[in-house]
Amino acid sequence: MPDPGLTRLTAVAMSDRLRAGDLSSRELVDAHLARAERENPALNAWLVIDEAGARGAADEADARLAQARRNGAEALAVLHPLCGVPVGLKDLVSVRGGQCTAGSRILAGYVSPYDAHITERLRAAGAVILGKLNMDEFAMGSSTEHSAYGPAANPWDLGRVPGGSSGGSAASVAAGHVPLSIGTDTGGSVRQPAALTGVVGMKPTYGRVSRYGIVAFASSLDQVGPFGRTARDAAMLLHAIAGRDARDSTSAPRPVPEDLLHLPASDDEAAAGLRGFRLGLPREYFVAGMEAGVEARIREAVAALAAAGAEIVDVSLPHTDYGLATYYIVAPAEASANLARYDGIRFGHAVRGGDVLANYVATRGSGFGPEVKRRIMLGTYALSAGYYDAYYLKAQKVRTLIKADFDAAFGSGIDALVAPVSPFVAWPFGARLDDPVAMYLADVCTLPVNMAGLPGMSIPAGLSDGLPVGLQLIGPAWSELALFRLARAYEAITAGAAWRGTEPSGLAALRAQEVGVP
Amino acid sequence: MGTLSRGDVEHVAHLARLGLTADELARLEVQLNHILDQYAVLSGLDTDAIPPTAQTIELENILREDVARPSLERAEALANAPERDERNVIVPAILGGD
Repeated sequence: MPDPGLTRLTAVAMSDRLRAGDLSSRELVDAHLARAERENPALNAWLVIDEAGARGAADEADARLAQARRNGAEALAVLHPLCGVPVGLKDLVSVRGGQCTAGSRILAGYVSPYDAHITERLRAAGAVILGKLNMDEFAMGSSTEHSAYGPAANPWDLGRVPGGSSGGSAASVAAGHVPLSIGTDTGGSVRQPAALTGVVGMKPTYGRVSRYGIVAFASSLDQVGPFGRTARDAAMLLHAIAGRDARDSTSAPRPVPEDLLHLPASDDEAAAGLRGFRLGLPREYFVAGMEAGVEARIREAVAALAAAGAEIVDVSLPHTDYGLATYYIVAPAEASANLARYDGIRFGHAVRGGDVLANYVATRGSGFGPEVKRRIMLGTYALSAGYYDAYYLKAQKVRTLIKADFDAAFGSGIDALVAPVSPFVAWPFGARLDDPVAMYLADVCTLPVNMAGLPGMSIPAGLSDGLPVGLQLIGPAWSELALFRLARAYEAITAGAAWRGTEPSGLAALRAQEVGVP
Repeated sequence: MGTLSRGDVEHVAHLARLGLTADELARLEVQLNHILDQYAVLSGLDTDAIPPTAQTIELENILREDVARPSLERAEALANAPERDERNVIVPAILGGD
């Protein structure tokens, strides 16, 4: 029985021990595989656990680490710190020879003929891909209940949702099945599940990470982002995947800061960075319907940041209230175009209905789930003759105003914004499933950030009724490093908080059975 | 802004090539109208003088030399097609005739 304690280490600690040679990637991967296999029946976070592939990659990483150790300190320094560290991928990232369902029945049986750019980058770094993670179908949803493969559960309460759409990515990290995972965020799909499961999740600036080989939802909004249990861990993963890729023409030729690998280890040093930092508190983000416990945790976090030397400035982002309507025009419109490719001819699910039109209708009607159908309908309608100006063009104009709000705040000398991520903690399965608008409200505080293309992240900020609350940090374009430093500073000033050491409570019963296992 | 009738829902489903059951059409008529109600907030904003934003990064078109590069092998590119022969994806006829 592998040591379950290994699954509680930070990725940084794993990396240090792998380099030192007192831990092998194979031991580490075996411990994580054992935990994932044992708990996935309860969590449904994983759609595939690739034991053979993971063990093979771990052995390769061990060989690279051993070779580097023989060649000395310089050779070790050249290895990426992710070498030998387990990661999970949302099941919309292509891995050559493996499935890529995007949580949809329409991609059942599809086999990726190539690696996504970020898969290539992770392999080059020596990271060990443990498998593919559950998600809302085509990343449309905020609960993972829209997966065609059954919902994922929240490690804090197995009767509640983990958020979405990257619910499997968040749950797997919260549960310790992997220290790191990849998600995508089109309107909050990294930040909101990170908040609901008590982990760190970042949506980088639009253009920071290549989307080559990643299933598209809304192309002017989609970004790839890391999950981890600490700021340093997530920053390390972003470092590995970020940067220009000629195969995604929206990926930006911006240098990736090396300092993502050098966030302060010492709490004192990290906290000192807050002095003189100007944080804006946007009043519109304290929306009607926000749970009192969530608001209390956010206000306490802001007070702690102020007490540690940050300057808090009240700001207004006056077009925030228009974000939801704008997003739910732009994103479905882009989705309806992107999802036109699922025609049952070149790949994926195919049903023959007679002539070509009947084939399309039968394939798409039986391949897509209810939320995807709703969005395709909305988007098709918003782009159709006679409605384009009233809906799509109008939404693009309001998008200009939403972006201008952020530009004005950052132009006035604000270094970053602090806000809630989700107005509510994780909710019971089914509670928002029958009313699409109730589900959409889960992302009201995150989707304006996508509309403006900015980086945003969720960091754990305590518990409300025993369930995690996320604090959102939003920065100007390309400020990921500053956001991670801020996140690290918040970790430092709350290092002694009682909730920091709390294990996800929903898995406690499962884990109690492990007592006595050697 | 508009309200969707059952006929509108059926028309949009046709445009989207989506097969929907009678139950789905009935549910979508209610749900889509509820979502469209949320859009109404936008009509209160005067945006006549506001330019649209289609994307948020200031990248110009990026061009590359038009040269052939290695790509997928034919067999790999065909492997996922529901109907194929050794060289082609087999598609339904789209032109009439015998």
